[in-house]
Amino acid sequence: MTRALNDFFAEIGHFAQMFWDVLRWTPRRPWDFGELLNQMVRVGVLSLPVVLLTALFTGAVMALQTYGVLARVNAESFTGSIIALSMVRELAAVLAALMIAGRCGSAMGAELGTMRVTQQIDALEVLATNPVHYLVVPRVWATTIVLPLLVVLSNVVGIYGGYLVSVVLMGANPVSYIDRSFQFMELADVTSGLIKAAVFGFIIALIGCLKGYRTRGGAKGVGNSTTKAVVAASISVLIVDFFLTKILF
Amino acid sequence: MGPMVGEESVQEGAAPEATWAGAGRARIELRDVHKSFGPKHVLRGLDLTVRDGDSLVILGGSGTGKSVLVQHLIGLMRPDRGSVLVDGEDLAALSSAELTTLRQRFGMSFQEGALFDSLTVFDNVGFLLERLGTMTRAEIRDRVFECLELVRLEGTAQRLPSELSGGMRRRVGFARAIAHKPEILLFDEPNTGLDPVTSAVIDELIIRMREKLHSTTVTITHDLRSAFTIATRLVLLHQGQIAAEGTPEEMQASEDGRVQQFLSGEAHGPLTDDEEAEREARRE
Ligand SMILES: Nc1ncnc2c1ncn2[C@@H]1O[C@H](COP(=O)(O)OP(=O)(O)O)[C@@H](O)[C@H]1O
Ligand SMILES: [Mg+2]
Repeated sequence: MTRALNDFFAEIGHFAQMFWDVLRWTPRRPWDFGELLNQMVRVGVLSLPVVLLTALFTGAVMALQTYGVLARVNAESFTGSIIALSMVRELAAVLAALMIAGRCGSAMGAELGTMRVTQQIDALEVLATNPVHYLVVPRVWATTIVLPLLVVLSNVVGIYGGYLVSVVLMGANPVSYIDRSFQFMELADVTSGLIKAAVFGFIIALIGCLKGYRTRGGAKGVGNSTTKAVVAASISVLIVDFFLTKILF
Repeated sequence: MGPMVGEESVQEGAAPEATWAGAGRARIELRDVHKSFGPKHVLRGLDLTVRDGDSLVILGGSGTGKSVLVQHLIGLMRPDRGSVLVDGEDLAALSSAELTTLRQRFGMSFQEGALFDSLTVFDNVGFLLERLGTMTRAEIRDRVFECLELVRLEGTAQRLPSELSGGMRRRVGFARAIAHKPEILLFDEPNTGLDPVTSAVIDELIIRMREKLHSTTVTITHDLRSAFTIATRLVLLHQGQIAAEGTPEEMQASEDGRVQQFLSGEAHGPLTDDEEAEREARRE
């Protein structure tokens, strides 16, 4: 028990150290905008299909679920409002974050882990290059920038998924459905979702890189790091989401 | 006075390495360095000084901690106890940014190559030159091809490390280590697994680095012929300490049973007895 507690606080310590290192090394030269762009493409463009598919079907399923229930109390005209607000405030960011954790957090853990066990990270240090500066800084900021962009698109696609199901399958009126979708929405709803997304992006990449960076013990170690990166990043997203929601609303 | 100094250095032909300013000052000092991995006590109060212009060769059996020792010299590993000084500066007292800058004085090739597998051979060798940003593109290109030519790999510039054999990767690692003409070079088994001719080429390069560029070199090798070719000084690592130390001539003539056993490659002798005794002691 005390052992587990010790490990937990050690993890927090490593996270804080890496967090601080990333902030400290970010402004230093040389600035590698090419690598930042490269990572943005890897995280953003390559994850786009899976993230949008998730949003589309989440919107669609929500429509199936809420339309029927709301119809029992003659409130089915609010389906659009519920879907739009849930997507924008909460679901688009969390679901995209979980997908990115699985897809990119794990990839970062595996990539940096492999570099660690094959001494490529040592080689970076020997070549007068700080590994956090070279490897972690571009990955973390790329994910922080890209995740909100993905969420903007997710919002649109998720709301469209709800619209499709409501209008085509449930026979809702298209014009009033669209009206209702945006009737109660405020700008703060959208920005809070985007702020969440940025924070999630930062955390996912930081944890993925941290697990890779601290890998020990060969191919097996890399496998462990990859798994840990996904689990730790996903859980952190859900926990941080609770506190952010509490703060932002 | 001038001519006399000249005469003296001619007469002192036995020490041709001591002919440039600053030769002989300590570049790296290890003081009472201890390092353990779990229960395994690898370095046990090791003292070692690497002097400017030395070509130091580290001998020792597999798993005695030669690679661990070399990684301490450049701050890749931190001692549990004791200190490492580079040009008089204690590595433990440096910030990560200061350590990064200090490492520009070093070049190191790793036992397993440690090439960046996402970069081409060209980008691997030119990595630090690109980062430093003090050379033009054309200068970097020339220097990279010069280094690749030195290790006889000029045809591989655009290949990825995964497309090379183990021996080729090791030579690319060697080229990457010398590309920025560092003052101090660390080579971890640079010619293990190479054919005799290529191995001799590497030996010659190490000698040339020292004689032409006045680099200080530290080389780990199992190959005794190459050790005695390149060394101005040899040390034998045994049970976490420097068991013996001397010039090639002194080592050849050494009365120390452990040196004799290592040089003659006997399966039984003081070296193996010590290890046996240690295993016994651990069992009890
Ligand atoms: N990073 C590490 N973690 C745990 N043990 C290590 C590590 N590096 C080296 N060792 C152990 O230290 C001992 C010496 O290793 P090494 O220096 O690689 O030997 P060699 O003299 O063959 O180069 C070995 O027993 C090895 O298992
Ligand atoms: Mg070794």
